[in-house]
Amino acid sequence: MDRRELARALSSADSIDAPAREFEPWRVLGVTGSPGVGKSCLVDRIVSRWLEQGERVAILAVDPSSPITGGALLGDRMRMASVDTGDNVFFRSIATRNVPGGLPTRLNRMVDLLVHEGWTRIIIETVGSGQSEIRIVSVADRLILVEGPARGDIIQAEKAGVLELADLIVVNKSDLPGADRVAEEIHLSLNLSDGESAPVILCSAETGFGIDEMIAAIDNLPNARGPAIARARERLLATHQEYLLSHPQYADVLKGLSEGRLSIEEALSILQRG
Amino acid sequence: MATPLRIVIAKPGLDGHDRGAKVVARALRDAGHEVIYTGLRRTPEQIVRIAMDEDAQVVGLSSLSGAHGFLFPRVCELLREAGLGDIVVFGGGIIPERDRPALIEAGVAAIFGPGTTSNEMVSFLEGLEV
Repeated sequence: MDRRELARALSSADSIDAPAREFEPWRVLGVTGSPGVGKSCLVDRIVSRWLEQGERVAILAVDPSSPITGGALLGDRMRMASVDTGDNVFFRSIATRNVPGGLPTRLNRMVDLLVHEGWTRIIIETVGSGQSEIRIVSVADRLILVEGPARGDIIQAEKAGVLELADLIVVNKSDLPGADRVAEEIHLSLNLSDGESAPVILCSAETGFGIDEMIAAIDNLPNARGPAIARARERLLATHQEYLLSHPQYADVLKGLSEGRLSIEEALSILQRG
Repeated sequence: MATPLRIVIAKPGLDGHDRGAKVVARALRDAGHEVIYTGLRRTPEQIVRIAMDEDAQVVGLSSLSGAHGFLFPRVCELLREAGLGDIVVFGGGIIPERDRPALIEAGVAAIFGPGTTSNEMVSFLEGLEV
């Protein structure tokens, strides 16, 4: 399929007819982190480097839809000069359309199609997210958590959540004061856990400091993955959610619920019938 | 709710002023559409590729530099060459009245200058058969 056909097919999950991808070697990189930490600028750096290495890189960048109007302003690509450079890079902005968990349910099938069409590296940039938003592990083979200097005290690094699932932690904005301390705190916190901890890398998408080290760390991420249970759980929940949302009676059930005609149990039992 | 339109708002050529483009992007977002903003200084070729990759139905071009007479028709021409002639192109910015007929002739569906209300623009876009 040509580029235009690919772009059209990605718009509708129903039209995607691609075999499920293999998980090894890994090729789908998730990039997550709070709003404003520099996810897009770091992705720009990673994309440039992978293009130099001869990869074909597709980026799926997710931004939030308005919960009120349903509209969205998708601005990630304006920060990525590398994505408008040629045939070997494909960039698609995706609005969440208010799916809980912040990841559109069709994302997994979009990735299957891109892999099937010969894209060798897929990057998924999540919405600026919080500590408990881990749905990305249902799609990404490997996960980078991006942090920045302006975060809270050390207790933030001790909290449970996405930090435990990340394969690599990148502390961006090393050119600003406090970044080195944050990197140190995260490093110490991870070392308290059992087993091998994820590398922590200090860098700056702005100046280029530490970028070589970050790319080398990404390229060296192993295929074997730690938290298999968490990953399986998120895949299961994401698939179940997609099943519910695509049920032909979903809109009716939602309306019935909002008007008080249905109880939550009745609503669920309707949606769980085939 | 109806499916949102996917709209690319683009700044072609050497033009560093994007307040207007951002206001338009915001207004279209608030009207419930999905707006992709390209950032500054994109070539017509890049804009066409972006419209293709993003599977947009509409492309809005903003220019305040005076080069609209070349850039807008060039985008329309490249869209047609890429098989994307069904994408609706509209323009905005500082576009003198006397330049407008030639742009419309080249394939620009509408020009919205200073003083246009968001409602005018949204009604135009929502009235399109796309």
